[in-house]
Amino acid sequence: MKILVCISHVPDTTAKIQFTANGAALDPAGVQFVINPYDEFGLTKALQLKEAHGGSVTVVTYGDASVEATLRKALAIGADDAVRLDGVPTDALQVASELAAHIQGAGYDLIICGQESIDYNGGIVPGALAALLDLPFVNACIGLDVSGNSANLLREIDGGKEEVSASLPLVIGGKKGLVEESELRIPNMRGIMTARTKPLAVTALTGAAAATTAVSFAKPAPKAAVQLIDPSNLDELVRRLHEEAKVI
Amino acid sequence: MVLIFAETWNGQFKKSTFEAVRYGAECAKAQGSQAIAVVVGACDPLVETLGAYGAAKVVHLKGSDRFEPHAYAGALSALAAELGATQIVVSGTANGKSLAGVLAAKANAGCISNVTALPSSYSPLTVQRSAFSSKGIEQCSSATACTVLVLVPNTLGTGAAGAEQAAAEDRDVAFLGKSTPGAAQVASGKIPLPEAERVVSAGRGLKGPDNWGMVEELAAVLNAGTACSKPVSDIGWRPHSEHVGQTGIQINPQLYIAIGISGAIQHLAGVSGSKTIVVINNDPEAPFFKAADYGIVGDAFDVLPRLTAALKAHLN
Repeated sequence: MKILVCISHVPDTTAKIQFTANGAALDPAGVQFVINPYDEFGLTKALQLKEAHGGSVTVVTYGDASVEATLRKALAIGADDAVRLDGVPTDALQVASELAAHIQGAGYDLIICGQESIDYNGGIVPGALAALLDLPFVNACIGLDVSGNSANLLREIDGGKEEVSASLPLVIGGKKGLVEESELRIPNMRGIMTARTKPLAVTALTGAAAATTAVSFAKPAPKAAVQLIDPSNLDELVRRLHEEAKVI
Repeated sequence: MVLIFAETWNGQFKKSTFEAVRYGAECAKAQGSQAIAVVVGACDPLVETLGAYGAAKVVHLKGSDRFEPHAYAGALSALAAELGATQIVVSGTANGKSLAGVLAAKANAGCISNVTALPSSYSPLTVQRSAFSSKGIEQCSSATACTVLVLVPNTLGTGAAGAEQAAAEDRDVAFLGKSTPGAAQVASGKIPLPEAERVVSAGRGLKGPDNWGMVEELAAVLNAGTACSKPVSDIGWRPHSEHVGQTGIQINPQLYIAIGISGAIQHLAGVSGSKTIVVINNDPEAPFFKAADYGIVGDAFDVLPRLTAALKAHLN
């Protein structure tokens, strides 16, 4: 089985988010970048499927040379090879178009994306990619079994889950549940050493246009200090929730 | 005109649907155009009732009762093209999020998700959205003739229901899906977390799954959804479907009460859209207090039953 895992290079969850002085963009100074957490579940699932069915796992991301450390980490975790689409993406449809151009005709059986990236939280790329490739799509995917040419999947729905079946090739937007947190793999020394010599191809873009533009960024207004309430006077909390916050 | 995906579940409109219709109606009003809602499949209430939230017209597409992203996106993009939609409004429910990207690509439309306000401009379309897991606010604009807007549920409200009826039109269309939906399991009698107005959530401070009765009693009094922290779902005290936070479910309730949850940044990423946050923790240094509106430093086993009683007395 030939599997592609689409990876986002994102600020670590615990990173302090700052924007450049004019609010035009994220200020990357001092920010540690990691594999998007949603994609980590997909990468581990891809490696498990390869171990069970044979085949290969390729990771791809769209970014400038600064994202290569993240691709090398995916290689150290166990991917066979990596592709970097060389440019700086600004829009979900642009990313989906460039990914689709790379995937078209490459013979992947399974394309695994994370349901969203934790930087811009768009959640648009997986579905747009499936539409451009005209392949089945299962979002918020929390279970995937492959047998021959068909897949049984579980997806999260509001308040529960739903079974879905589809034939390969297909695109998923994955999340925790695809594998458990405890199954996530971290690179070991041997993985890190072999990752250095695994192929990392740099591919030119096709020039897909961006449909949307980030005009500016700002930080939310800081939260007022917490109002501590005496645990012996819970009626006071009820009063404030009713009169001040007006939520009950 | 503005097209709105009016989602149903089990033949009923979701609450988030009324919010999306209201949003679409406000967009239409600002542009001097018309808001048209699209209902797909079985719908018990009269579709005309969406007029109460500002829809001028409702197109009822017959032929499918089960959500499938390609099928729904195909039908909606065809309708958007026929009617000349400038915006397509979708609520960010599970199905809405599954639909949005497919729809945007099929309709050749820019897509702005996580929308938290009405557009500030329609030329070019510019709207506020949440980014960086609520640590950033972005102004985003779209250059395409039609734009898909995906709303954060529970953020803008439905507005008061009016007495107007929308015009209705039934159509039979072919739904061309690429996957087959099977059995669905939804916890009965529970409020789905993304649309809950109030959520009561607990963490490891509860000490064991047997103690969740207290949490459920408080939730019942408040008519709230129940949720939990990641460690609690990882060790199996509560199902994964209740895990709120990054990699879990994102919620935006009016009131969020967190009991015995320390407030790791991964947890805050999923709940910081809550309007009012109450934190109950016996550790005064718990980081969650910094993100809270109201805090109680105290023992959950002492505070919870008394809080339930105090709320019950107030609400009665």
